Amino acid sequence: MSIEDRLSGPLPDVAGEAGHAGHPPRVGFFTDTSVCIGCKACEVACKEWNAVPEDGLDLLGMSFDNTGALGANTWRHVAFVEQPHPPSGPSTAPPPATAEDLGMPSFDLPGAKTGADGRTDFRWLMASDVCKHCTHAGCLDVCPTGALFRTEFGSVVVQQDICNGCGYCVSGCPYGVIDRRPDDGRAQKCTLCYDRLHDGLEPACAKACPTDSIQFGELDELRERAAHRVEQLHERGVTEARLYGHDPTDGVGGTGAFFLLLDEPEVYGLPPDPVVPTRELPAMWKYAGVAASALLAAAVAAFGGRRR
Amino acid sequence: MSARKPGRARSREELMVPDAEFQSYYGRPVLKPPVWEWKVPAYLFTGGLAAGTSLLAAGADLTGRPRLRRVGRTGSMAALLASVYLLVADLGRPERFHHMLRVAKPTSPMSVGTWILTAFGPGMGIAAAAEVLPAGLRRRWPGKLLGAVARPAGLASALVAPAVASYTAVLLSQTAVPAWHEAHPQLPFVFTGSAAASSGGFAMVLVPVEEAGPARALAAMGAVAELVSSKVLEQRLGLTAEAYTTGKAHRLRKWSERLTAAGLLGALAGHRSRALSVAAGAALFAGSALQRFGVFEAGVASTKDPKYVVVPQRQRADAAEG
Repeated sequence: MSIEDRLSGPLPDVAGEAGHAGHPPRVGFFTDTSVCIGCKACEVACKEWNAVPEDGLDLLGMSFDNTGALGANTWRHVAFVEQPHPPSGPSTAPPPATAEDLGMPSFDLPGAKTGADGRTDFRWLMASDVCKHCTHAGCLDVCPTGALFRTEFGSVVVQQDICNGCGYCVSGCPYGVIDRRPDDGRAQKCTLCYDRLHDGLEPACAKACPTDSIQFGELDELRERAAHRVEQLHERGVTEARLYGHDPTDGVGGTGAFFLLLDEPEVYGLPPDPVVPTRELPAMWKYAGVAASALLAAAVAAFGGRRR
Repeated sequence: MSARKPGRARSREELMVPDAEFQSYYGRPVLKPPVWEWKVPAYLFTGGLAAGTSLLAAGADLTGRPRLRRVGRTGSMAALLASVYLLVADLGRPERFHHMLRVAKPTSPMSVGTWILTAFGPGMGIAAAAEVLPAGLRRRWPGKLLGAVARPAGLASALVAPAVASYTAVLLSQTAVPAWHEAHPQLPFVFTGSAAASSGGFAMVLVPVEEAGPARALAAMGAVAELVSSKVLEQRLGLTAEAYTTGKAHRLRKWSERLTAAGLLGALAGHRSRALSVAAGAALFAGSALQRFGVFEAGVASTKDPKYVVVPQRQRADAAEG
C-alpha cells in the first residue's frame, strides 16, 4: 500500500491497518435525514448514557435548534433548517405559485398530502449530526500522545486517562466535531458508544431514535442499504436526495458515519468537500525542509565572509 | 502586477475576490476555532528565537566571537525555557505534559516537534551552562569538563535548530484551519525568515557592533525572506488570503511588515552606530513577534467565518463533478 493511501486514500481494512488482528467488522452510522422528525431523542439518549454535561440553556434565536453545533458537551446534534426557498440542485418542482407561501398553518392536516404535489416552497430539514469516525481521521493523525486511537470496530475514541488537552485534534478535524471541554481540559467527542459495542449493544442514539433515522450496523451493509434508499427516493421524485460521506474515495477515505441529505451539505453546516489535513503531509515537510536548509545556509553565509 | 500602491490593503482586497455567495447553517462556523490562546503564537516566536540564536552562538563559537557566542547561547536557553513554559501552560491538563513522550508519531507534527525539542534542548542547556558558570567553579574538574563539551553540545543543537524553527509551520499547516492549511508552501519560509530576523535583531541589541556583523547579516537575510514570503502568501491564497489581509490579523501583520522593513534598513546601515543597531534590532525582534501573532490570528479568523470553508470546497466539489 502506498504512502498516499496510508495517509488519505481508500483503506478497506481500517482496524487491521491500526494493528487489530482478528477484529470484528467495521461498524458505523447511516443517518437518513429524510425520516428525521427532530425529536432530539438521540441528543438526550447520548447525554444520558455517556454522562455528558449539559450545555447550558442558551436560546440561539435562529431556529428550533438551541444546541447549535457538535462540541465537547454535544456528541449528537440535531440541526433544524427552515427553508423558505426551493432546494438547490436538480429538482422538478413546479414554478412558484402567484401567492407567496409563508409556511403558515393551513386547514389541511400536516402531512395529509404526500408525494410531489404535497410539497411547498417552505420546508423543514432536520438532521442528526455526529462524529464521522473517518477512515482517515484528522484528529487521530495529529494527536501527539496517542490518546486518540482506532478501536477494533474501526471507530475513533479519545482515551480520557491519556489526553493532556493539547487541543491539536480540535484544529485537525475538518468537520469541526471534536472540542476541548473548558472545565475539564480534555478533548471530548462521540465514542460510538464503545462500551456498549463491547456488550453487543447498539449506540444509545440509534437505540433511542423512534423513526430509524439513525441506523447502526456493519458499514458495508449500511452502504448498500443507503444506496437502495437513495434509489427509492429518486423514484418517488425526491431528486434532491443524496449521500454524504459514503464514498471511500473522498477526502477522508469515506466516513464511518454517513448521511442521506436532502440538500447540499453546507446547508446543514457540513463541509462540502472535506479533506484530511494529513493528505498534504509529505509536501508540508518538503517545504519545511527547504526552509530549514535555507536557514542553515543563511547562518553559514552570515559568518562565511567574515572568518578571522 | 497591479498599478496601485502596494501598501494599500483596501485596494488589494477589491482586486482579489468578489463577495462570495454561499450557503451555510445560519451563518454558523463549520469548524471549531483553535482552542489555543496567546501562548501558542508566543511559543512560535520564542521557539524561532531559540533556534536562530543557537545558530549564531555556534557560528560565533567557531569564528572566535566570545560576546556573540555568550549572548547567543544564553539567549537561546532563555527562549527555550520560555517555550517549554508556554507549551506546557497551554495544555488543558498541564500536569500530563509528559504524555507527549509516550509515543513518537510521524503523522503528528506536535509529536515530531516534541522530539525535535528534546534533541535540541540538552545540548543548548550544556552550552548555556558553560557560559554562566562562575569563574571559581570553572577551574575545578566539573567546570573543565563542561567547558570541554560545551562546543560539541552547542554545535549539535545548532544542527537541529533549523528543524526547531521550521517544524512549527507544519504544526499549523497540518490542520483543517483554512488560512494555515492553504499557506503550507509559504509558512515555513515566513517562519524561518522570522526566526532569523528576530535572533539577529536580539544579538544586535546585546552585542557590540564590531562583533555583531554576522547577526546583522543573518537578520537582514531573515527580514528579506520574511517580507517576501509573507507577500507571496497574500498573493497566492485566493479567497483565503482575506483572512490575512483583513481585521486584527491584517493590523498585526502590517505593523510587523513596517517594523521588519525598518529593522532591515537599520541592519544594513548600522555597522558603526550602536544606537542605530539597537533600534534596528529591537524593531526586527518586535516585527517577528507580531508576524507570529498575525499568522495565528488569520487562522482563528478563517475558522469563524464559514465562507473560508464552504466557498473553496464547493468550487472544488463542483469542479470534480464537471
